[in-house]
Amino acid sequence: MSTQVLSDTRVLTGRSLRHILRSPDTIITTAVTPIALMLLFVYVFGGAINTGSGESYVNYMLPGILLITIASGVAYTAYRLFLDMQGGIFDRFASMPIARSSVLWAHVLTSLAANMVSVALVIGVALMMGFRTSASLSAWLAVTGILVLFTLALTWVAVIAGLSAKTVDGASAFSYPLIFLPFISSAFVPTSSMPGPVAWFAENQPVTSIVDTIRAMFASESVGNGIWIALAWLVGILLISYAIAIAKYRRKIR
Amino acid sequence: MDTTPIFGPALQVRGIEKSFKDLHVLQGVDFDVQAGSIFALLGSNGAGKTTLVRILSTLLSPDAGIATVNGFDVATEPKDVRESISLTGQFAAVDEVLTGRENLVLIAKLRHLKHPGTIADELLARFSLTEAGNRKAGTYSGGMRRRLDISMSLIGNPPIIFLDEPTTGLDPQARLEVWQTIKDLANSGTTVLLTTQYLDEAETLADRIAILHKGVIIQNGTLKELKALLPAAEVEYVEKQPSLEDVFLTLVGEDAAAAPDENTDAATAVPAGKESR
Repeated sequence: MSTQVLSDTRVLTGRSLRHILRSPDTIITTAVTPIALMLLFVYVFGGAINTGSGESYVNYMLPGILLITIASGVAYTAYRLFLDMQGGIFDRFASMPIARSSVLWAHVLTSLAANMVSVALVIGVALMMGFRTSASLSAWLAVTGILVLFTLALTWVAVIAGLSAKTVDGASAFSYPLIFLPFISSAFVPTSSMPGPVAWFAENQPVTSIVDTIRAMFASESVGNGIWIALAWLVGILLISYAIAIAKYRRKIR
Repeated sequence: MDTTPIFGPALQVRGIEKSFKDLHVLQGVDFDVQAGSIFALLGSNGAGKTTLVRILSTLLSPDAGIATVNGFDVATEPKDVRESISLTGQFAAVDEVLTGRENLVLIAKLRHLKHPGTIADELLARFSLTEAGNRKAGTYSGGMRRRLDISMSLIGNPPIIFLDEPTTGLDPQARLEVWQTIKDLANSGTTVLLTTQYLDEAETLADRIAILHKGVIIQNGTLKELKALLPAAEVEYVEKQPSLEDVFLTLVGEDAAAAPDENTDAATAVPAGKESR
């Protein structure tokens, strides 16, 4: 049974990866907006922002930019899933003797692959803009792990959106607040510069702990307790959105 | 995979009910489909045809009633049902980004068959799609897309095939192509459950026809039996005009022989029959 899940997931992932390879613009589009934001913040606003950390501004804001990249990239998963359901191929798969969960996992793994490519593109541009890190290999692996977790968590949110959407636009609308969240966090400016209630929100929402953790890892600093808060958020969102997505999917295909 | 029993029904539907909120779509549907036959479920839009097909292909659970497909209960043995069927839904369920051949290979792999490439090439040849095989399915015409769709359903030789409105939205030529495909299927022993809103389609293809109306089967029989229900159809003399379809097919040079004339008579006979009572 479990070998069937693996082989079906592999076949279906191959299918949706092909979709991405045939329209690589989705990966490029995903990377373009964050890169534009990065240029804007570093070369326009950055000079006026005092992060109080002494490091270059591109170093300061890259973690937030990476999260924005992923938050906008997962919208394509909702979009593709919605198109599958509309087009009837979803019903075809559901009426075939294949492992039930493989249809969703294929989309999730494809999202992971596509987002990691987008993230690599953004990091590449950041390096050209002067991003420097002293991170060791293990720190890089840890950063990758956090980004993978973040992608998985948001992709399962995207699966919920894709499964419940009534229109194409509705399928990807969920990602707008997710893209906006890093702006009200420590991603671009220190939370201490914000007025009381906003600062309170910024300090207690998931993005700040994740951004701070990644930033500390890039700077080879101690991550402190922040990493546990970040992991708790990531795993929590992942488990809850996974459970809701699977429940919705079960109801959809009975 | 189990072979279809030679005798006995391939499909048994008993008292199937399904409601969506206040809408009672199916209100106790009963019928049998003999193995190897073409069974047409005729009904207007919204009659519940698609709902019934979705129940039989394990995509929806019925509220009440029992349905068995190839001897397996759709409620308790959905996995065995899925092994026995293929669904060709109302909208061509092909992947438009993949080529025709890749679509076929995908389904063959998902059915865990050996040599998916060979299977794909055979089906492309059988459905006259070899030349188009390496083009994206999104570039196909409606008829080609339907042929690809149906050929995808044949992979793994499921004994029972559901075709939900296979010709809706097709031009007349494509329609004739699909009809030929369905006839060939039945000749090779596959059981076909077909839904349609076109009277001529049911008339041309089906061994038995059931009329689904307001959630129940109001008639079920062979074409002959159904025609016998209408009184005095022959005493009416109606000036028979060629249908626009006849004209169109003649003009574009297609063989119009398959287009039946009788339903023009039958349609006019209904009000006549009522009047004579």
